[in-house]
Amino acid sequence: MEHADILHRCFRCGYCKLPGNYMDLNCPSYLKFRFETYSPGGRMWLLRAWLEGEIKTSPRLAEILFSCATCANCVEHCVFPKFKDDILNAFVAGRSELVEKGAVPPAVRDYLKAIHVNGNPYKLPEADRGKWADGLDIERFNDQEYLFYVGCVGSYDERGKQMARSVGRLLRDWHVSFGILGPDEHCDGNDVCSLGETGLFRQLAEQTIQQFSDLNVGKVITLSPHAYHAMKTEYPKYGAQFDVYHYSQVIEGLMKTVHLTPKGEPVRVTFHDPCYLGRHHQEYGTPRNILSKIRNVQFVEMDRSKGDALCCGGGGGNFFRIFWVTARTVPGG
Amino acid sequence: MEKIYLQLKEIVGAGYVSNDPEELFIYSRDMGTMAPSFPDMVVMPDSTDDVRKIVLLANREGIPIVPMGGGLVLSGLSRPLKGGIVLDMKRMNRILEVNETSRYALVEAGTSQGMLQAYLKKHHPKLKHSIPDAPPIATVGGNVLIHGSGHLSHAAGFHSDMLNGMEVVLPTGKVVRIGSCSTSPYWFSRAPLPDLAGLFLGWMGTTGIVTKLAIKLFPNRSLSDVAIFLTEDPQLVPDILHRITGVQIAEDVTAWMAPKPDWARDFQHVIINYTADSQEELTWKRKLLYAAPRQYINDKTGGFMPLPPNMKKSFMEAPGTNLTIFADVKKGGGFEYVGGIMPIELFPEAYRVGIDIAERFNTTYSTGARIIGAGHCMMFFYAYPFNRADPLDVKRAQEALEETNRAVLDMGGIPWKAEAPAQQEIMKRMDPNTLELMKQVMEMLDPNGIMNPGNWEPTGQRGIEDREAIHNSGR
Amino acid sequence: MYDIQFDPGICEACETLDCLVRCQHMTLDLDAARQERMNIINGDDSRVLKECITCYACEEYCPYDNHPFYLIVERQEQKDIWPVPKPLTKQQTIMMGPKGKIYPEKLGPPVIDMCYFPMLVKQIRGKLFEGCSTIVGSDLFCNIMWLHFAKNSVIRERVPMIIDNLWTYYLKDNHIEELICYHDECYATYTHLAPSFGMDVPFRPIHLFEYLTQRLDQLKDQIRPIGMKVAYQRPCSNRLIPETQHWVDDIFERIGVERVDREYDRENALCCGAILRAQQRDDLADDLQKRNIDDMKASGANVCVFNCPFCIFTLGETVAKEGMMPLLMSDLCQFALGEGKPMWG
Repeated sequence: MEHADILHRCFRCGYCKLPGNYMDLNCPSYLKFRFETYSPGGRMWLLRAWLEGEIKTSPRLAEILFSCATCANCVEHCVFPKFKDDILNAFVAGRSELVEKGAVPPAVRDYLKAIHVNGNPYKLPEADRGKWADGLDIERFNDQEYLFYVGCVGSYDERGKQMARSVGRLLRDWHVSFGILGPDEHCDGNDVCSLGETGLFRQLAEQTIQQFSDLNVGKVITLSPHAYHAMKTEYPKYGAQFDVYHYSQVIEGLMKTVHLTPKGEPVRVTFHDPCYLGRHHQEYGTPRNILSKIRNVQFVEMDRSKGDALCCGGGGGNFFRIFWVTARTVPGG
Repeated sequence: MEKIYLQLKEIVGAGYVSNDPEELFIYSRDMGTMAPSFPDMVVMPDSTDDVRKIVLLANREGIPIVPMGGGLVLSGLSRPLKGGIVLDMKRMNRILEVNETSRYALVEAGTSQGMLQAYLKKHHPKLKHSIPDAPPIATVGGNVLIHGSGHLSHAAGFHSDMLNGMEVVLPTGKVVRIGSCSTSPYWFSRAPLPDLAGLFLGWMGTTGIVTKLAIKLFPNRSLSDVAIFLTEDPQLVPDILHRITGVQIAEDVTAWMAPKPDWARDFQHVIINYTADSQEELTWKRKLLYAAPRQYINDKTGGFMPLPPNMKKSFMEAPGTNLTIFADVKKGGGFEYVGGIMPIELFPEAYRVGIDIAERFNTTYSTGARIIGAGHCMMFFYAYPFNRADPLDVKRAQEALEETNRAVLDMGGIPWKAEAPAQQEIMKRMDPNTLELMKQVMEMLDPNGIMNPGNWEPTGQRGIEDREAIHNSGR
Repeated sequence: MYDIQFDPGICEACETLDCLVRCQHMTLDLDAARQERMNIINGDDSRVLKECITCYACEEYCPYDNHPFYLIVERQEQKDIWPVPKPLTKQQTIMMGPKGKIYPEKLGPPVIDMCYFPMLVKQIRGKLFEGCSTIVGSDLFCNIMWLHFAKNSVIRERVPMIIDNLWTYYLKDNHIEELICYHDECYATYTHLAPSFGMDVPFRPIHLFEYLTQRLDQLKDQIRPIGMKVAYQRPCSNRLIPETQHWVDDIFERIGVERVDREYDRENALCCGAILRAQQRDDLADDLQKRNIDDMKASGANVCVFNCPFCIFTLGETVAKEGMMPLLMSDLCQFALGEGKPMWG
């Protein structure tokens, strides 16, 4: 297994369970399940035990490994500088091994199957992907400066669609030269990648890279930090050569010339740092800069923010599974 | 066992009990060198009542219970030596009360050091508690119960000295309160009542399960500083420590010695942390502290290291991460240490012993000491890193630790939170009447012998075989 | 070998004794100074050997360039004075010793010698240092600091070795003759200390400030005057090379900053105090630092510019607390070029 050489170096000191200010548990799966096994250190030791045959492949082991939300709190707060960067990579490598063995939790299996068969985790027609933009009068991509990529959540999830529409409207109203792919968009595969299904991810990445190349896409705006991560960090390994921006990064640039003066009473606003923008890419400033430029916004910081942000729990494929609520409810499980 | 498992599920809910191989594997060991010893199940109570019910169940079924906090003692004390139930207490992590005026905090026993530290910083910034050098996930309860020490130990002694009171579930399931809280709504002190806390401090979980405790808090001053006094003659160190602690201004006085990096070898670093509410006060304190070992400065045999502000930060960090990082010295993820509690005059001998043992076992090491109280004694530690992936290296570290435990006892010190084999060494040298009293206390409190059996248990005494029989029949 | 180029005849004939009379830290009238001079020359006990804070200033004050300070250090060592307690001196000797980790590499000019400050290599960036190579490490450490520790013996042992390392492993085979010294002490070592000890230096040291001035001239069109009021903290090593002082004014002029008039500047500069703490004279260090920083504030400075990294390590935090921005000279220049991520903050 890749990164197996670091597993025994974990001391299980537990810094990985906490935010930098130690105020509460900050590893999402440990916070929920509370057994040491569900902490990053527990996973490190279990993976080693599993590779050395001390424990067997089991649904419980799979559950423990796949409950990781890949939020990188462990990477951020591990005190061992010489191997901390690969902690999460080791978990993903462990998942890959389980994928190879076909020993993944049923919810993961179903998720991956849905992507494979339907192209999206919602099992909805690909032809419906562009419906989020109905009525917005947004052009299809045709050599504009940017391609706006919304991904599966932006295409199918009700709240995701509202977000896609909001961003699309903003880009349109602020005269950004951009287009969308509509029904021709494909899954970016970030969660497939973090679930360890490297073969399927490669297929998805190559498909999108080829598509972007054929369309001569030079700059991509992503709705989701997950797509941002996949395209910025993973796709270049498969030959991607386009620039990637999270939509907030584009909006920040536009706000140099646009002044927002919302009406109404001042509102107190905080910002939840998404893991794949924050800890994975250290992008903390841009969203805050945007908020600071909106009059009427009184920005307040949460105790857990930036590198200490508490993950929503949805990363690493968990958003698409009901795994978190079903865990440990099966007798004997 | 299945029956017990189902009953535990009834008590804590299905999500918080496990007999899966994965949990049994992880809870069978800690980060130190002690061999694994598997539990039958792991359970995480959420309340004193949960703990009470679990203890009653264990009594009925005759199955051992091993309470566990952060699981970071390194000496294997929360390994279930005779199987049974590991009670992971970390769900019980509520901070129940902070009394600003009388400076104490009442917490559930599974509250982590880091959580209390952060809570005080946010809600009571003028107060702090003594933080051990363990990682911040270590629990307040666990550390008090093992007689831990920390960054206010020069000011106020062992962490057990900072204990005001406890709620304890006795091995029979009865819930008792110790200290002022037994008689008053306040948790201000153990005096003036008969001090029953001693029935639970240092017993390695063999006499009961502490569910709540109140600890003393201290002023959190706005400015802090550190000084490091350097010498190269260990014979001088006891007097230097005596002089510095005699000023009674520092909050923490520690010593550090190591063969690596090269510039540290053969030097003794005495690290002095102190705080103040104003720059004037800080400077005044520094002057008093610096005056204390002046004799050694004048004869050029010692001096305070010049530390630019940016170099001071790591010495003022609480908890310090450097000790944890020691586990990666051999790229092997492990270290364990012997903490010998001993009088300060033994420093030169303790120092020499550490070097001798490390050389004999051909291992690198880090040694040091934390001064307890106003120079009343010290915890002299000998830490040996090991490569977890190399069984021979683990064994070598284990042997070095055993040898060190014996050497500490030979010198007149006592190993702290001793591993089960080291407990045997301690008991061999203990006054027989004291040992007999310990046995009587354990039998009185824990008639069925369910509490962390295998600890404080002289070989051949107190029904070990019976317990093993219980355990085996349980399986 | 490597005897100090000190001429007792010149010293004995000196009538002003600027070296001692002008000392900022000892009060000696002319008569007392004459007596102490002879004590030092003759190798007798002298209060100077015990009270000297090793600020190097007497090297600058000597009108004959006769190296009175090097002689003081020589005598301190001969008389076992140990200005810094023995364990601290020994530990520093080990800590700063050459580790024998030299990795010859292909270098192109200009080569910046970062001395033993690996944490500062990241400051070599942007337009100012475009195309530069950097070298750093214990095997390049200039070792002038031993003047503070009464250890000319270490200087004699290590400086020739370091010069040879630089020449043999980094410069000669790369056909490079000039070495830009980021650290003021390095330049002072190779242009002043080494010749004064009779050591040959086969390359041409260039002071960082000379390099910066030249680069600023080349980048003239891109400079945006920054209009800061700067207090300059002159380091001890600069006492050995006062001829480099004008570069400070030259740079400030080019980037449009004002060097504030203050008491403790130029020949009246105050030591940062770091060495006083090593000498266990914290009260004096407190006093020097307070006077120095109060002076900076009173002069209206909003920035304090440092030449020596160790000075900024020592004073930077306090300077910042007092509302002035601590900056290395290269950071200041980068600000003027619209770049800048200062070492501090």
